[in-house]
Amino acid sequence: MTDQSYNFAYLDEQTKRMIRRAILKGVAVPGYQVPFASREMPMPYGWGTGGVQVTAACLVPEDVLKVIDQGADDTTNAVSIRKFFQRTAGVATTEATAEATVIQTRHRIPEQALTAGQILVYQVPIPEPLRFLEPRETETRKMHSLEEYGLMHVKLYEDIARHGSIATAYAYPVRVEGRYVMDPSPIPKFDNPKLSDSPALQLFGAGREQRIYALPPFTRVVSLDFDDHPFDPSKAPHDCDLCGAAESYLDEVITDDAGSRMFVCSDTDFCRSRREAGHVGRLGETAGGGA
Amino acid sequence: MYVAVKGGERAIDNAHAFLAEERRGDPAVAELSTAQIREQLRLSVNRVMAEGSLYDPDLAALAIKQARGDLIEAVFLLRAYRTTLPRFGASRPVETARMACTRRISATFKDAPGGQILGPTFDYTHRLLDFKLAAEGALPPAAPTAPVPTSDLPHITGFLNRDGLIQSETAYDDIPPDLTREPMELPASRALRLQALTRGDEGFILSLAYSTQRGYGRTHAFVGELRIGTVAVEMDIPELGFAVEIGEVELTECETVNQFAGSKTEPPQFTRGYGLTFGQTERKAIAMSLVDRALRWKELGEDDSGAPAQDEEFVLMHADNVQATGFLEHIKLPHYVDFQSELELIRKLRAEALTAIGAARQEAAE
Repeated sequence: MTDQSYNFAYLDEQTKRMIRRAILKGVAVPGYQVPFASREMPMPYGWGTGGVQVTAACLVPEDVLKVIDQGADDTTNAVSIRKFFQRTAGVATTEATAEATVIQTRHRIPEQALTAGQILVYQVPIPEPLRFLEPRETETRKMHSLEEYGLMHVKLYEDIARHGSIATAYAYPVRVEGRYVMDPSPIPKFDNPKLSDSPALQLFGAGREQRIYALPPFTRVVSLDFDDHPFDPSKAPHDCDLCGAAESYLDEVITDDAGSRMFVCSDTDFCRSRREAGHVGRLGETAGGGA
Repeated sequence: MYVAVKGGERAIDNAHAFLAEERRGDPAVAELSTAQIREQLRLSVNRVMAEGSLYDPDLAALAIKQARGDLIEAVFLLRAYRTTLPRFGASRPVETARMACTRRISATFKDAPGGQILGPTFDYTHRLLDFKLAAEGALPPAAPTAPVPTSDLPHITGFLNRDGLIQSETAYDDIPPDLTREPMELPASRALRLQALTRGDEGFILSLAYSTQRGYGRTHAFVGELRIGTVAVEMDIPELGFAVEIGEVELTECETVNQFAGSKTEPPQFTRGYGLTFGQTERKAIAMSLVDRALRWKELGEDDSGAPAQDEEFVLMHADNVQATGFLEHIKLPHYVDFQSELELIRKLRAEALTAIGAARQEAAE
């Protein structure tokens, strides 16, 4: 039931309008970080306030919302954000990727391919891909406007010189339509290929840092690499122990004191629907069997 | 076998129930009322109002109660409430020269028109635990009173200004930017800087100010004047055509007088730092005025010594404790997906490194 003491989806309409303008600007200039007047939200900065504000500005009463954190619908913060919108917007919620019209995510892109009309909202902690090379915002904004990305390429080169490969496993930087270098939020680099040419609209919200950016549908997104060291979207070399999927991103779970471990899909909806379709992994039981 | 961790929702509800119980504490002990917090923990209330950017002692007291006395959490509660309030206008600038002062001191002059008023201060108290306070009930004897000054107390820096000894501030009527409605843009105007400082974390601003005193961007500050008291808040009502008083707020104002030998662009003269905060919050107001002065190095043509307090972006981007605490504490959230990708990377790099070391040893052995 909607909480009547707050406006639909919590934010007042003026604030939503301000956020929508920033979103539109972001869509018009893919990969560009648009400053916006982020509001204090009733959850802490760093806990998804950017994503929550973007979601609030996008939601309409007919929407079906899915919220995931680490790929899972039932992680505590995902539960908390989903509850927030159930309470303040009264929208329908789902765990099924295909049924959702708006998906708010932290750290993952769902395994199941997104479709036209869906909106994927990312929670972003540090939107600036150059931040850890140059701490000053005044400098990094200049670097973006001059398309001065040499520093980033030097960093990647130094990784290769030192370690033999690029030592970035998540929040792996991408180039958008050959122009802006963008931080895809801390998704594992395994997810990077899904950023490109997606039929869905992808929106990124960083509340504390007051930035919104966007990838409109079918935007070309390239993970930075070198000709002789091509980008490698790696994952654990296993199949899911519950559903047997070979192509999904896996979490490693320690199962006893002796250090035994199992690998399971990080995308809980993907794993469940596969098991429901009869797929069984090394340690899995068929759907319906007690767990 | 492994069961995917379910029940996050129930765990959250239970945790909140536990929290509510802990907040109340031992039910055999009487519950604290918000009126008691407002009256008897007033300096906590003041700090929460100052950093929460909302002047409402009752709500601040409620926030402190709800936050179990965690003042940063209370500031956060107040801010989250404040942001939902509609803006129906802006007041006129408050006249601190017409403040009804409960405290007004100057460190730069032995006496000044209007006199030194100590007011309710911890200064000169001996910090000995007063065990009488542990026994409840007794009212303190009434404090002696003095007649209310009949005229306004002039600002001390005004006296220096008459002789041209202190740099004068140019008056301007531009509408100042609003940090809570516009994204922070750098370089920031002084108005924006002061706004960020006044709602910045007291501990952070204090430490920065302290660092300037120890030589990291030294500004040779004296407290020209510190005044605490209530001022009228007036608002222009378009339908009436004149301003009416809509209430009173308690403020602390600090003006520092800083030694200044002159620079390429400015003659030798005293310069100023400014601090203004809600409530009796004088540590914060003094610290704010020191940091304000340190940040003015560019406009006064001073050298950038590379001190943290001179670095506008560093100061402004890290002063807000609601932002800082949120981001700091977010690392409690699950990060296992990122951690997993790091694990894979480390395993791969180690495998390659170990192979290389093995090959090198093999070669050395042969």
